[in-house]
Amino acid sequence: MNGLTPFQTLGPFFDFGLVIPNGGIIAEPGAAGRHVSIAGVVRDGVNDTLPDALVEVWQANAVGKYRHPADSRGGDVEAAFYGFGRVVTDENGRFTFNTIVPGRVPGPDGSLQAPHLAIGILARGLLTRLVTRLYFEDEPSNGEDPVLALVPAGRRSTMLARRIDGDQYRFDIKLQGDGETVFFDV
Amino acid sequence: MIYRRPPAGTHPPNNSPGYRSTILRHPKQPLVIIPHTMSELTGPVYPYGRIDANDSDLTRQHAGEPLGERIIVQGRVLDEDGRPIPKTLVEVWQANAAGRYAHRVDAHPAPLDPNFSGAGRTLTDDDGRYRFLTIRPGAYPWRNHDNAWRPAHIHFSLFGTSFLSRLITQMYFEGDPLMPHDPVLHSIPDERARQRLVARFDMNVTEPEWALGYTFDIVLRGSNATPMET
Repeated sequence: MNGLTPFQTLGPFFDFGLVIPNGGIIAEPGAAGRHVSIAGVVRDGVNDTLPDALVEVWQANAVGKYRHPADSRGGDVEAAFYGFGRVVTDENGRFTFNTIVPGRVPGPDGSLQAPHLAIGILARGLLTRLVTRLYFEDEPSNGEDPVLALVPAGRRSTMLARRIDGDQYRFDIKLQGDGETVFFDV
Repeated sequence: MIYRRPPAGTHPPNNSPGYRSTILRHPKQPLVIIPHTMSELTGPVYPYGRIDANDSDLTRQHAGEPLGERIIVQGRVLDEDGRPIPKTLVEVWQANAAGRYAHRVDAHPAPLDPNFSGAGRTLTDDDGRYRFLTIRPGAYPWRNHDNAWRPAHIHFSLFGTSFLSRLITQMYFEGDPLMPHDPVLHSIPDERARQRLVARFDMNVTEPEWALGYTFDIVLRGSNATPMET
């Protein structure tokens, strides 16, 4: 067995190496599903915003299929749906993704998961990647989601995107302190 | 497909006060252990964009050649069982030979090099091999503590085969006297794991009359290349 290569921080000077043109577009207008925009801010333990964080998203398409060879269910994923997004926060710590609400994907023991986005956060001062999920607050299947059920009830709201207006959602990420986002050991 | 949990000591704890910027940015609540579902076992295999030949040759991205010691950095991307990971994206970024990043917030008073941007990307081949031509980055000061200097390093970003195999790391150079003083490298508890971030000078990679060679193999999470069946 080969030893894993360890993580190190991104440092402060990464964006010229990792930028993707239009990296916040996870689904083009032609993709199937309900189109939404998700905006938020990344904050630290004293509520300062992070102007140097990288937020990455991975999600399934509207019928719950991933663009990946390990997901052999059903047909092809449409070309207008990428499934991956990557954004560097701006000087005010803000990020925005344009995407669709994903379909439900299988969970453990034959369960179905509620629609969610897998999220990775990298930054100066983070020596590894922080992993969380985004769920939609107005999604009725959240109550039966097997991963949400593992999170202490009082902290689940940190993983819920709030519907602001129509198809606009808000999802803030708090790295530390009051309202700290739930992060996973994956 | 089974992903083992990383052995203790392999990755740095996020709370590593020797690296000052972690103090207000590390989560204080316990991490919640979750199962590996389809959402974790898939991931961006080839996330975006076209890759040009000059993307892996950082010395040919401008009109002239950058200053500095020309080096080849190459190696293999493998999983934990030693299987190569083909066609996976490898992205790198680094300071120039004077230790200055081509970045708007780098205030180190060292010269920029108009012939060096310091960013590259490539895909591994069918044997998991990658290769970059670049210049050796300089060391540079930072304000973490008194007289703090980062050892020469190249940043690496890899995706691998799933959301779980994602890796961001830094490659260091064999023999760099700054390594023992660096709290970022020493945030990794296990000395053997730290050594895995040190590229070895490699005479077999060195090209006569042209460039010094370094070998840096990368091992990502994952133990079974067989796609999962649902």
